[in-house]
Amino acid sequence: MTAVSSTETKIKKKRAPKPFTNSLIAGVILGIVLFAVYFFTGDGLGASGGANRIAIWLAKIIAPGWVNSTPYLIKYGGGAKKPLDSFIVMLDIGVLLGGFLSAWFFGRFGKTTIKGPHITFSARWIIAFFGGTLAGFGARMARGCTSGQGLNGAATLSVGSWAFLLAFFAGGYILAYFVRRLWF
Amino acid sequence: MAPFDPVALLGKPMGYAVFILFGMAFGASLEIAGFGVAHKLVGQFYFKDQTVFKTMFTSVLVAMALLFLTIGLGWLDYDRIFVPPTYLWPGILGGLLLGFGIIIGGYCPGTSMVSSSSGHLDGIFFVAGVMAGGLLFGSVVDSFWDFYNSSFMGRFTLPDWLGLPTEVIIAIVIVVGLLLVWGSDLIEKAWKRREGILTEEESKKDTRILTTITVALLVMAGAILVIGQPTLADAWNRNAEKQAMLAEGRAFAPPHEVSQAYYDPLINIVLLDVRSERDYNLYHLENARRVDPNDIPQVAKELLDAPEGTVVIVMSNDETSAVEAWKQLVAKNSINAYVLKGGVNNWIAEYGNEQFQQIVNHPDDALGWVIPTALGDRWTSAIPPQPHENEPYEIIKLQKKAPTGAGGCG
Repeated sequence: MTAVSSTETKIKKKRAPKPFTNSLIAGVILGIVLFAVYFFTGDGLGASGGANRIAIWLAKIIAPGWVNSTPYLIKYGGGAKKPLDSFIVMLDIGVLLGGFLSAWFFGRFGKTTIKGPHITFSARWIIAFFGGTLAGFGARMARGCTSGQGLNGAATLSVGSWAFLLAFFAGGYILAYFVRRLWF
Repeated sequence: MAPFDPVALLGKPMGYAVFILFGMAFGASLEIAGFGVAHKLVGQFYFKDQTVFKTMFTSVLVAMALLFLTIGLGWLDYDRIFVPPTYLWPGILGGLLLGFGIIIGGYCPGTSMVSSSSGHLDGIFFVAGVMAGGLLFGSVVDSFWDFYNSSFMGRFTLPDWLGLPTEVIIAIVIVVGLLLVWGSDLIEKAWKRREGILTEEESKKDTRILTTITVALLVMAGAILVIGQPTLADAWNRNAEKQAMLAEGRAFAPPHEVSQAYYDPLINIVLLDVRSERDYNLYHLENARRVDPNDIPQVAKELLDAPEGTVVIVMSNDETSAVEAWKQLVAKNSINAYVLKGGVNNWIAEYGNEQFQQIVNHPDDALGWVIPTALGDRWTSAIPPQPHENEPYEIIKLQKKAPTGAGGCG
């Protein structure tokens, strides 16, 4: 039994979840979406920029003084600036909605934790948070994540984005062996 | 011509709604591929499930082919779409960190959102981590600010780097990309065979889909090669708006507006002088940059990285060669440029005629004044006079910058 099926059995299902779409067909659909957003708006897709702005918005509620004294954060949320007032945040709202609707429609929505068989739930949550922190930090460093830098830049032939993608895959492969117990 | 600006066109609420719809399509595409499930993503790095590579590269190739096909046909303007600027080393380091993030945490920022909204708790923790990581970056970036801004190359593309025509690069990327997708499909099939989960029927279906996509992409690559990419002259001939601007005289900025713009804190003025080196050495405006008319396409590319509020003023002795340069600069609507009305000859007439003797009946676009020594911009009249009071501009208008800096994840 593979790890995937072991985690999927934990999903409480009212009806059987539909299998995922063939990865190549999903790629064609994603490619058409990426083309369409460029053609109609001139901007590409993105995810981490919106998350960053939402984070700054939350930080501004909790600690406005800190946001207003940190140069990088002032750019997005200093003074009267509204961190949420950006198309990138709208894209993220859409991603959440679209992901939810698709999961729900195909019977794949369910409260669960995806994890390997050898780690506990709480360990998985802490490690997911830590992985997210690395990704969030990296996405700021690279001025974009796998979508905003990777997909957009590769499709529009940016040299930096192709270098970024190589590094992204390299990073995954370099560490994969050492963290295999997290997954399988 | 596409692209459009949904917010400018439809107003903020409707424009933002457009982006929410695109976001929904994006989120749903990720969800149907299985990117809300961490094992579908990390399998990539253990030579198991190759969905990450197959889906990602297929989407890149499809989007790229459609983009450059429509650009070639003149329906979409490449200069006005967001191309992530290259900061080589920060980009590579960030890529590595995202690679570590996906193998440790199971997602990248976009897929973790889809995971969260599919109800997966690990996805929600990952999203929280992404937000924390962004804030952490914001609070420490000052300590490595120089590195963060190092190796900046602006809008630097594969055709620029390799010195090959864009359509050739596209063909190469499509062929190599398809080979890699076929390769990763073989890796995935080998894994499924080991696990005994590959049915004959599924294998055939998969190969059929892969063959169809391959044929379609190769046909598009062929079409892109045949059509080619538009030159500045093609773009000018299609640009009715700028042709009208020239015909109605709205392309010519009078000296007093140029002087005012020169000191305007809201304007980043770029003065381009397309005259011969001799004329330039004799007399040129302060901070004017001499550009050979043949180098204008190169300068136009550089100017894509210029900041918001940039106004380019191009000048020759009269107007003829300045207008030719101007046509190339504005052909693709990405540069906000004007011709100095009457050229340098008129500038001298306006601000410095007591110094030189006028040449009556000089040939068109030749220097119309006898200038005794090559003082360049050290003539008093070469410094634009600072206006006492700012008047509203009649010709010079600010133009919204194309999304070349902060799109995508900015």
